[in-house]
Amino acid sequence: MNKILLIIEREFMSRVKKKSFIVMTLLTPILFAALMIGPSLLANMESTELTTIAVVDNSKQFEGKIAETNYIKLKFLSNESTESLKKNFEESGYYAFLYINKNAMTSPDSIILYSNKQPSIDVVSHISTSIEKEIETQKLKAYKIENIDEIMKTIKTKIDVRTIKLSKGGEEKESNTFVTMAVAYVLSFMVYMMIFLFGTQVMRGVIEEKTSRIVEVIISSAKPFQLMMGKIVGIAAVSLVQILAWVVLTFAIVNTVSSIMTTKNIDKIKTEQQSVSNLMQQQGGVQTPATMQNKEVKNEFMTALGNQNFGLLIGGFIFYFLGGFLLYAALFAAVGSAVDSETDTQQMVMPITLPLILSIIIMISGIKSPDGPLAFWFSMIPFTSPIIMLTRLPFGVPTWQLIVSGSLLIITFIVVTWMAAKIYRTGILLYGKKYSWAEMWKWVRYKS
Amino acid sequence: MNLLTAEHVEKRYSNHLALDDVSISVPEKSIYGLLGPNGAGKTTLIRIINQITGPDKGEVTFAGRKMVADDIYHIGYLPEERGLYKKMKVGEQALYLAQLKGLSKTDAIKRLKYWFEKFEIQSWWDKKVEELSKGMAQKVQFIVTVIHEPRLLIFDEPFSGFDPINANLLKEEILKLKEKGSTIIFSTHNMGSVEELCDHITLINKSKNILNGPINEVRQKYGSNVFELAFRGDVIKLKESLDSNYTLISNSEEAGLKKALIKVNNFSSDNRLLQMLLPAVEVTGFNQVIPSMNDIFIQVVQDYNRVNGLSSN
Repeated sequence: MNKILLIIEREFMSRVKKKSFIVMTLLTPILFAALMIGPSLLANMESTELTTIAVVDNSKQFEGKIAETNYIKLKFLSNESTESLKKNFEESGYYAFLYINKNAMTSPDSIILYSNKQPSIDVVSHISTSIEKEIETQKLKAYKIENIDEIMKTIKTKIDVRTIKLSKGGEEKESNTFVTMAVAYVLSFMVYMMIFLFGTQVMRGVIEEKTSRIVEVIISSAKPFQLMMGKIVGIAAVSLVQILAWVVLTFAIVNTVSSIMTTKNIDKIKTEQQSVSNLMQQQGGVQTPATMQNKEVKNEFMTALGNQNFGLLIGGFIFYFLGGFLLYAALFAAVGSAVDSETDTQQMVMPITLPLILSIIIMISGIKSPDGPLAFWFSMIPFTSPIIMLTRLPFGVPTWQLIVSGSLLIITFIVVTWMAAKIYRTGILLYGKKYSWAEMWKWVRYKS
Repeated sequence: MNLLTAEHVEKRYSNHLALDDVSISVPEKSIYGLLGPNGAGKTTLIRIINQITGPDKGEVTFAGRKMVADDIYHIGYLPEERGLYKKMKVGEQALYLAQLKGLSKTDAIKRLKYWFEKFEIQSWWDKKVEELSKGMAQKVQFIVTVIHEPRLLIFDEPFSGFDPINANLLKEEILKLKEKGSTIIFSTHNMGSVEELCDHITLINKSKNILNGPINEVRQKYGSNVFELAFRGDVIKLKESLDSNYTLISNSEEAGLKKALIKVNNFSSDNRLLQMLLPAVEVTGFNQVIPSMNDIFIQVVQDYNRVNGLSSN
């Protein structure tokens, strides 16, 4: 037992002390944080540039009907021909020009936006929704219903479905499908990535020992099984340390950066709100201020996130990550023992990575119906359960299913490790040949 | 007393028999040579002794009882195919391997310091193994093999990769270890070192043990019936004095010293030959030509293969 601890210690220390490990551990949170903060940062920097769009409206229906925003201004031209506009577009300085055909009311695909660059999605969607709305209103008006404006106003509603999860005692918890899905994605991808990353590290470690020929020195003092398990457990510890460091550092970075950003942004938001309220006064005040809306969304996000059962999620993550890692690492170790160099591994790694890749494919559809038969069965099968069960976990999984799936994973892990150890002890002492899975199966059946 | 015995050991791999009824007994505090051509089964036998694999049949005893797993702490093994972790520092690595052999950390450090000083390699402690030459790495490897002062040491080709000076240093250390009471199994193709070091030998060929015994007895046994004579006098007279039981193979003269090789055709006492020679020439030297281990090795293996209709590869 003491030996296996020694081996674990060596495997752990030799990896943690590596420069590449330290760099990865420090840089990845910066990348994660950038991914988390980046979008909102970009949203803040959203095109503040004024874009002016020329409109040639042959139907004469839309003048003054397409709303202008802070950044999108429209200029209706009556006397220009499209031909000359097209020709002189470069010099005109317009961002784009919109051509509306005479019969735009009846054939909506006769509306064209010309530009010398790809117009931004904001501009296109703003124009198309405005025109759509206008056409709809016009069509409605054509029915000549009395008090149509009044009716329209009363009809107009905006709903936001709040989802509340009931726990056993009838206790209510606000949830958010989007947040749950995001959590599910992050958890499953993390496990997938880490199993791949650290599983291949196990394989590389085994090959290194084999090619550097130290293996015979070591197994004359420790059992092959101790060497294999020491390596796997040592690397598992490295991966847990790395994940922990990533999570802590990412949160730290996100928190500091966002607190700096909010203090800086207060002034900016104030001026923005001023202009928004000005605008509201002008337009009669129908719009909700964008900043307030954002704030609400963010709050909702945080409560939904806060209402996830973190204990269960973290426990589940650690269990399924470790279970999955140990299972796959044993297989990776077996492959490593059967080859002489890393270049020989490709074909043999295929059967191992197949269920991993399959899991990710199933995860993408499973996330839409986490209680469907597909997700259910693959969250039970041990080779896919580490990923699929974590996909389902944020949505809530009955306890009995967790127990069955967890036990299956443990049993399979023991059986697979036992077989892998048999392959390993034969493989590490054989040189000069690449062995196939069929031959490795023979090694499993050798009596020890 | 024998420290280690292997009795009727058999080991079969999927398609060939690696060891077939091999028995050895290694007397305590001796150096035991395990000889044989490549692929004869030496490494398999060594692996069985090290409990890396188990025998299919037969038994291995250690210090008079059946070998158990913990006996590994009393064995130091320097494999032929040896290596170290390239990215690890020399000191760290030696410490790790010493601890794997059951030494405590403080004990291991103390002993390593002693050996590093002895081999004058203290400055390597913080170097990475990949910075060392092959010979340098071999020294480190030798140290970690003997660090736990095991009762049984197994060296598989210990001198490969060493320059003559370091090989000599190593030879001295091996002899010192024997004096201190270690028993040593020594597997090599270098017959010169076998003659110098070994007390007993076993020759394994084609999975079978074909020659066994104390090295002097073996050499005597294979002592060819050729005598070397140094003499003063006439070669013709010498030749005439021999009867049909003896043949003069060759004679030479170097710096006034005459030598002749005489072959005995049928067994007879050495004195009879001397009696015959004395009247004819003045004998200044007379001794039996003892074959080198190299000659014995080649002769025994080739004879065995010829008799059994095997090829020598």
